[in-house]
Parts: sequence; structure tokens; C-alpha cells
Amino acid sequence: MQNNGWNEFEIGAMLRSFDGKIDDIAGTLQEDRPYSASNSFTASVADWRIEKPVFAKDYCIDCQFCWIYCPDMSIISRDKKMIGIDMDHCKGCGICVEVCPTNPKSLLMFAEHADEEEELARWPEKTDEKEEK
Amino acid sequence: MAFDTMELRDVEVWDGNHAAAQALRQCQIDVVAAYPITPSTPIVEGYAKFLADNYVEGEFVMVESEHAAMSGCIGAAAAGGRVATATSSQGYALMVETLYQASGMRLPIVLNVVNRALAAPLNVNGDHSDMYLGRDSGWIQLDAYCPQDAYDLNFIAFKVAEDHDVRLPCMVHQDGFMTSHTAQGVVTMTDEVAYSFVGDFKVMNDMLDFEHPVTHGVQTEEDWHFEHKARQHHDLMTKVFPKLEAAFDDFEKLTGRRYNMVEKYDLDDADVAVICMGTSVETAREVAQEMRAKGIKAGVLGIRVIRPFPFMQLKEALKNVKAVATLDRSAPGGAPGMLFNEISGCLYNEKVRPMISGYIYGLGGRDLTKQHLVDLYTELEANVGAGQVLTPLQQYIGVRGPKLSFL
Repeated sequence: MQNNGWNEFEIGAMLRSFDGKIDDIAGTLQEDRPYSASNSFTASVADWRIEKPVFAKDYCIDCQFCWIYCPDMSIISRDKKMIGIDMDHCKGCGICVEVCPTNPKSLLMFAEHADEEEELARWPEKTDEKEEK
Repeated sequence: MAFDTMELRDVEVWDGNHAAAQALRQCQIDVVAAYPITPSTPIVEGYAKFLADNYVEGEFVMVESEHAAMSGCIGAAAAGGRVATATSSQGYALMVETLYQASGMRLPIVLNVVNRALAAPLNVNGDHSDMYLGRDSGWIQLDAYCPQDAYDLNFIAFKVAEDHDVRLPCMVHQDGFMTSHTAQGVVTMTDEVAYSFVGDFKVMNDMLDFEHPVTHGVQTEEDWHFEHKARQHHDLMTKVFPKLEAAFDDFEKLTGRRYNMVEKYDLDDADVAVICMGTSVETAREVAQEMRAKGIKAGVLGIRVIRPFPFMQLKEALKNVKAVATLDRSAPGGAPGMLFNEISGCLYNEKVRPMISGYIYGLGGRDLTKQHLVDLYTELEANVGAGQVLTPLQQYIGVRGPKLSFL
């Protein structure tokens, strides 16, 4: 909406999700949908986040737990393969890390300013669960 | 359509509640979400019965509170239905939060308000406290004086509220018990004629249009909220009166019954006038007639449209009157009554203006008798003779004990 003039809005507390008429939206991938400028998909809320998840692809088993549990649909998965995280909409809640079942985890939380390459390079080793106890 | 029409006599004996329920049936309301409360219960009960008996095609949603009732109406209206409900008093008070949602979302819901006092002390009888509570909520508010009005104004309410240039919700007020439970002759329309007046509901930005999805009830902060509210108020102030006028004209052509923003009775040559709402208008008309026989040039001005407030029409109607009394049927809560304030405001900049004095009356269903009005007209006539208001600006009518007055 930031590109609209002060008087360019429709009456009612109402916004259009898409530009123009849509068809088979459930069968269209997010990146291919004609989202309108006022749709929240086109707005970044990345600055709400103080911690971010980092994804280590090598350990991921594509179980889709993170995809199912993410409350903001910010896990990007295609053909049941985990691709990455939508960092424009992830709020950094950490639920994806919590539900990740691999050892070591394929997702870990870091401070927002942390360097992703560095963290991936020193990713934790597999832990012996018996030793932990 | 799969529902039955109802054969009505030309004149039916209906109370205000049944008149409103019949109007909802004839408008073919899609959804009524309701939490019944005295004295408005028979309106939604009536709709539910018509629905159960296949006289209407729609949905009756029994909810857990009046807050939920209006919330349900908001959802159904946003989805694209013709929607109505009814309430009174405490239920209305609980509904207030959602009243502002309905008007801000520009949803043309019709709410029948059967006016009743607000607790404490608890009271089921008629006064205008609930009506006054919603007067800043952004709804159009129409006032019925009798069951005939309650019937007719429902059709006018839908017609105006649903107009795409307006898209604002509308209340139809009637006095608890005095109108709602008092049976009178009501001139009816056939189902076909009645429905033709309101016509088919024309959707706008409805949520059930899956090819054009919309989000209703969005958030705006300091960057947009003010523009939304300013436009909403602008539309309420400028677009409603012409549409109401057109609807009143159309309705008169259809039925011969004429409604106006302000209802004038013997006002054009009046020296003294009473300004009031609801059933009191009819009592005041009778007394004014009797005062005329005694040589006092008395008139009555009834407010038909409470919001938007008919400033211009009032200014014009009162320009030759010498002394007016405003009758507010609501506890003023630390100020003059609403009518006293609004009418003073609309007259203040006029070079020639009537003297004005305010009266609080009828709280909790206390009767306004003809004798009260005789005394009132007599006071106004004395003000005219003296050239000044001789009484306090705020007096109480009909309360026991020493005479109560302020200001």
C-alpha cells in the first residue's frame, strides 16, 4: 500500500489478496501467485525477528515436520523436499528447530547478525544420547 | 425460490415487534444471528418462526451473547448476505464494540433496537439510553413512533444501507413496550410489493467471491486509519441524506406513506414547539392540537433520522419558532441532553433563533402524560411573553419529590 496515494483505497477495512481474477489458487505455487501489493506475502516482517533459524541441508531427512509445524508457513518445501526458509516472513519462533528429529539437528537458532556460512562450518557433531544421560 | 408467500390483510393488527419481524421476512433476510433480549425478543423469534414455517429462505444463528450476535452478523454481511438482528438495552451495550466494527467495515446490516433503559437499577421498560449509547458508532439511526413506522422504516433501512454509495449499517429504533408490545393497525404491503422495494441484495467485496478474494477487518495504524474514518464520516454526513430522501420519495409513491428527516406538526406558524422522539411525538401532537384550541400556537418536531443528525432540516424547520423545548429520554450523565446539545449547536450561529430549554423525562418507562406537556407548553409560552428563558435550562419531568433542575 505504500505506493498508493492518500485517497486510493476502497471503502471498508478491506484489502484484496490478489491483483485481478484468480483461478486454481490452491494448485498454484506461492511464487507464481499474483499477490497484490497489499497482501502480507509481499510485505517483509523480517525485522520482527531477533533470532533466526539456519538450515543445514546435509543432515535433513525431508521429514516435513518443520513444514507442518511452522505457524507462519515460512518453511519452503517443494515436492516434499525441504528447500529453505522464507526469511521475509519467519518470526524466529524456533518451533522448526524444536520439532526437527535429526541428530545433529538440521535447523538451529542463531542471533540475527550471525554469519550463516560460519555457523554451517562449525555445525555441532552428532551427540551420543546415552552419554548425555 | 422454495419458500411460501404469506397472504396478509390490507390492515393487520400488529405490535411493533411483529411489524419488524414481518418486514424482515418480506425483505428475505439471509442471516439473522441473535441473542434475544426483552423487549426485542419477538422480532428475532418471529424471524425464526417464519424460517421454520418455510416463509423465508435463510439461516437463524443462535449465539452465546449479543457481542457474538453482531459478530455473526458482521461475518455473514462480509460474506455477502442480507443480514439483520434485534436487541435492546444491556444486550445493545454488550454489542457496542462490534457496532463500530460493522460501520467501519461498511457492512449494511440492519439492527432493530427496541429501546429500553440501561441498568442499574435493572429495568426492562422503554427509554432512549441504549439508542444514545450508539450515537457515535457510525450507524444510520432511524426512529419509529409506532408499529406502522417500525414496519416501514425497516424497508427504507435496507434500501439505503445496501446502496453501494452508502454501505453503512442502519438501526431502526422503536420504544420498548409502548411501540414494541402495543398492537395497532398496520397497513401492509404484499410480499411481492415489499420485496420489490428493497430488491435483490447486491454484493460488494463479498468474501464468497472466490475469484476475487478479500481480507475484511484489516488493521491500519496512524498512516491510514484517519483517512478511513474521515471518508466513512464524510459518506455518513453527505451521502445518506440524498439516498434517504430518494427512499422516502419512492416509498411514498409505493404506499402513500410519507417519511421525512424531521417530522413537522403544526410547526410553520408555531411560537412554541416541543422536539422529541419515539412515542412521545404522538402524545405531543395531540397536546399541541389542544393548546391551539386554547390560543397557544404550539407545534411539534419529531426527529426521524437521529444519525446523521439533520442539522440543516432542523435549522430550517425552527427558524420562525420563538421557544423550543428539547425532550431527552436518557439520563444525561453530567451534561445537557443530546437533543439540547445538538439543536443548540445547529442554531447558535443563526441571527434569529428560538430560545431553547432542555427537559429530561420518561426514564425507565415513566409515563409522559398529556398534563406534563400542557405544563411544558405553558412554560414555553411564558418564555415567549418574557422574551427570555425563565426556567433552568435542564429540568426533569415526572420525577417524584422536589422539582429537580440544573444549569
